Amino acid sequence: MLDVSGLSKTYGEGRRVTHAIADLSFSVSEGEFVCVVGPSGCGKTTLLRCMAGLLAPTSGRVALRGQVVDGPPEQIGFVFQEYSRSLMPWLSLRDNIALPLRHKALGRDERNRLVEDAVESVGLTGFMDHYPWELSGGMQQRVAIARALAYQPEILLMDEPFASVDAQTRADLEDLVLRVRTAYGVTVVFVTHDIDEAVYLGDRVVVLTPPPTAVQEVLPVALPEPRDQVETKELPEFAHLRAHIFRSIKRKQDDTPDLPAPT
Amino acid sequence: MTTQRVRTARPRARAVAQTWSGVAAVLVLAELASRTGLLPRRYFPPVTEMFAELGRQLTEPSFWSAVAQTLQGWALGLGIAAVFAVPAGMLLGTSAVRYRAFRVIIEFLRPIPSVALVPLAILVYGVGLESKVFLAAFAAFWPLLIQTLYGMQDVDPVALDTARVYRLGRVERLTRVVLPGAVPYVATGLRISSSVALILAVTAELVIGSPGLGREINAARVGGATDLLYALIIVTGLLGWALNALFAAGERRVLHWHPSQRDAR
Repeated sequence: MLDVSGLSKTYGEGRRVTHAIADLSFSVSEGEFVCVVGPSGCGKTTLLRCMAGLLAPTSGRVALRGQVVDGPPEQIGFVFQEYSRSLMPWLSLRDNIALPLRHKALGRDERNRLVEDAVESVGLTGFMDHYPWELSGGMQQRVAIARALAYQPEILLMDEPFASVDAQTRADLEDLVLRVRTAYGVTVVFVTHDIDEAVYLGDRVVVLTPPPTAVQEVLPVALPEPRDQVETKELPEFAHLRAHIFRSIKRKQDDTPDLPAPT
Repeated sequence: MTTQRVRTARPRARAVAQTWSGVAAVLVLAELASRTGLLPRRYFPPVTEMFAELGRQLTEPSFWSAVAQTLQGWALGLGIAAVFAVPAGMLLGTSAVRYRAFRVIIEFLRPIPSVALVPLAILVYGVGLESKVFLAAFAAFWPLLIQTLYGMQDVDPVALDTARVYRLGRVERLTRVVLPGAVPYVATGLRISSSVALILAVTAELVIGSPGLGREINAARVGGATDLLYALIIVTGLLGWALNALFAAGERRVLHWHPSQRDAR
């Protein structure tokens, strides 16, 4: 459904050139939940921005159902790590969530229904007329997720969405994402630096190398559904997978000389 | 419930008392200094006499028309400045090329004290309202231009990426993301420009003799009416304070979402 092939991205030129991504290829199938995990500074965000059509790759391409992505496609919804900056502080929850819907050919009732369903699915009914800054960080990220869902994307790209919330909220949000993924039947590409999170959420985990970034390995996650914060993480397979990925990243990091990591 | 109200009411009452006790102390000292002859009474009449004169002026139609004339110069100057500065700031703030092309001109013109343009204003517009408006508009233009420009440049890249990824068009990105984000800057610019426009309006009246409070102050000096002189100075101060309060109240309403105003809700 979504194919990344031979993708590379360099910043700058001449002697100050930085190879953020050397050569990346992987694909995402319909309905899949793919987690992309890698050491910090390995160009995860750059990769996701290329996939969203926000950034043009230096070479290689991203294709969505065979169509080359050269600008944000309408089938893609995006959740940013910086929820407080991604939500407009001058708009209420309702208006924030409805903002991307202006271009969809929808009646007013239909639009309201989409917004209300999305808000309900993230558990924020009753906060419709609040402003984002009146809510906690975790709740703000729920709003950003609701905005993406109301947009009815086929693919949801999430860029380290829970990196700046506390552990308990993070667990709640992880389960929320798994729930809405099923409810909305959406394909998810989820970038994280947290190995546990990647294994817990993903159907497959794409492990990246340190920069210049390439795919180190792709692992299928054969953990039973539905996932559960306690039971899933107790399973030997879970421990095995997370240890495997951890060693894989560690080994690669030890192999490569210390390069200044691009941020 | 009652105890709680008392508990919140008492510090507020105390804060108000503290604020005004300072004012009262200064006024009493000034009054005593003049009455006891510590300050020459000819130049520093007692505060009570200044305010008595001010009270008399409030019943004079000529006083009110001077106030109106000053406010007219202020309003026209600020209005004209806003009409030019805000769109210019928007144009320059949305394009690095345009900004670079005009930056030197702006940096050259901006530091010119508007008062230095008084002779030019007289030459071109004479000694009437037009000169006053020209000077006020010139002075008010710059803070507003710079603030608008900064506001347009300070748009959050994440907010802009959000707008792009959700396929908002160029115009919508401008009207729905960039402009609302720039409003706090424009509001600050307006408040600064308002003060500047008032200062220049009064200056023009003083120096050129355009009709208004400034000219009345000069007339009071010539006529040796020291009480009136002070009364009018007090009025210009009150005017500046009132206009600032007006803009601050407007900001609270429009920018209720902004971090600087959130506590005020």
